[in-house]
Amino acid sequence: MRNPLADKVVQVKPSGIRKFFDIVSEMKDAISLGVGEPDFDTPWHIRDEGIYSLEKGRTFYTSNAGLRELKVEIVKYIERSQNVSYDADHEVIVTVGGSEAIDLALRAMINPGDEVLIPQPSYVSYEPCAILADAVPVIIELKEENEFRLTADELRDAITEKTKILILPFPNNPTGAIMEKKDLEAIAEVIREKDIFVISDEIYAELTYKEKHVSIVTLPGMKERTVLINGFSKAYAMTGWRLGYALAPKEIMEQMIKIHQFAIMCAPTTSQYAAVEALRNGDDDVASMRESYNQRRRFLMHRFREMGLTCFEPYGAFYVFPCIKEFGMTSEAFAERLLAEEKVAVVPGTAFGDCGEGFLRISYAYSLENLKVALGKIDHFITRLRAQQGRN
Amino acid sequence: MREQILAIIEKNSRIDLKELAVILGVEEIDVVNELGALEKEGVICGYHTMIDWEKTSIEKVTALIEVRITPQRGQGFDNIAERIYKYPEVNSVYLISGGYDLLVTLEGKSLKAVSSFVSDKLSTLDGVLSTATHFILKKYKDHGTILTKKHEDTREKITP
Repeated sequence: MRNPLADKVVQVKPSGIRKFFDIVSEMKDAISLGVGEPDFDTPWHIRDEGIYSLEKGRTFYTSNAGLRELKVEIVKYIERSQNVSYDADHEVIVTVGGSEAIDLALRAMINPGDEVLIPQPSYVSYEPCAILADAVPVIIELKEENEFRLTADELRDAITEKTKILILPFPNNPTGAIMEKKDLEAIAEVIREKDIFVISDEIYAELTYKEKHVSIVTLPGMKERTVLINGFSKAYAMTGWRLGYALAPKEIMEQMIKIHQFAIMCAPTTSQYAAVEALRNGDDDVASMRESYNQRRRFLMHRFREMGLTCFEPYGAFYVFPCIKEFGMTSEAFAERLLAEEKVAVVPGTAFGDCGEGFLRISYAYSLENLKVALGKIDHFITRLRAQQGRN
Repeated sequence: MREQILAIIEKNSRIDLKELAVILGVEEIDVVNELGALEKEGVICGYHTMIDWEKTSIEKVTALIEVRITPQRGQGFDNIAERIYKYPEVNSVYLISGGYDLLVTLEGKSLKAVSSFVSDKLSTLDGVLSTATHFILKKYKDHGTILTKKHEDTREKITP
């Protein structure tokens, strides 16, 4: 029989997180700090709206780009949060999670051989999606000394004649890094000068703990060259509803909708009705979840300081990214031993790019009580490691 | 800070003060001072424990009693409310808008104890026109806490 598989797909590395997942799943009593989704249930009024839409028999396809009602609410949300206007009829698409929007944007804009700049450590899907879209991924290794922000020099150094797109993943998973307005202004200058486009993944936009998140589309000349991606998963604790969206100039959006129309048809109808409710009446829920995350974030940073574990202070998402280089182990070895000896699961930084070596991603999408127990175990573990190092 | 402290200790009054300071990102001494002020001003009126008595062997009956009364000149409802809330078996007394005037919640050892309180003490008070007693059969949720089910984490253990 002939080889049934596409070489391009076979060559894509499976997610580094998968391997670890298999080990953890076998341990029944492990405490996990490895989850990349909120621990809160979707607020009841949002769930109720989804149920109500089912009861009323709203079980049909929506238009390809999404329910108009929802697109209007999305545009209003961007208007009130970023003070930037979009056309609900031509510049918005509702997608199956932010993930689909990333894929659509890349496929709509890439010609074979175009280079896509991907700052790492970052979410696991940018690189594979770029490869599947026939792009050449070019990794920019972010540095702890810059609090894992992207600097103008780093960007400039990575740009070649072939560079077409920069993926901008802030607030960042896994580092928790944010880009503030001044940081964005510095890179925007390079972006305009070199005439490249931006896919700005702002799925954690509502979860920042310093100042309110600023989108790159607010800067002069940037809206027309940016695909802004966001969704409902993180802000409203709606991961399982699979609902995201993108905003982009009409020219790009038309092509994104074309791919979506043929590949997906439309995002889930029930989820879209629930999302309308989320955007209309969900601000208080977001604020109260944000406050809880912030309290846990402060608790973790405090515990790390007590343990003497180096960790830059992250101001976004719900992750901390402590450095474990002092123990002279790879991230994977550290995570495996921590799991074996203390039954605490964290994700090795290398799951998010090679430059995550020497770091761990710890999620604080867990109750304070859980975090307290888990951090106590991590404390034991590193005390033991230090004692062993002392003897050697 | 005040609002945040209240929101947290309303749910967990046993929280360690040092920990409270850490999660709010302030100094412990400021938390201590603020709590002192809140107690002094009577904003914090007590620190109670939420108990699901159903799960104990102690028998308790809770009733909600609607009370219709004749307001008194110059006193309104306050006088009669005071006469009711002074009984130790009375848990709470609220002035209510709508079809009746006072909502009284009451805890007793048995149905009989509650009934005799209503018939002997409450309904015989001057100014009480009528009462309607509702016994609580099951508490699903109390003080914002769901009593019937434990919350379980059903998420996948590791996700990107």
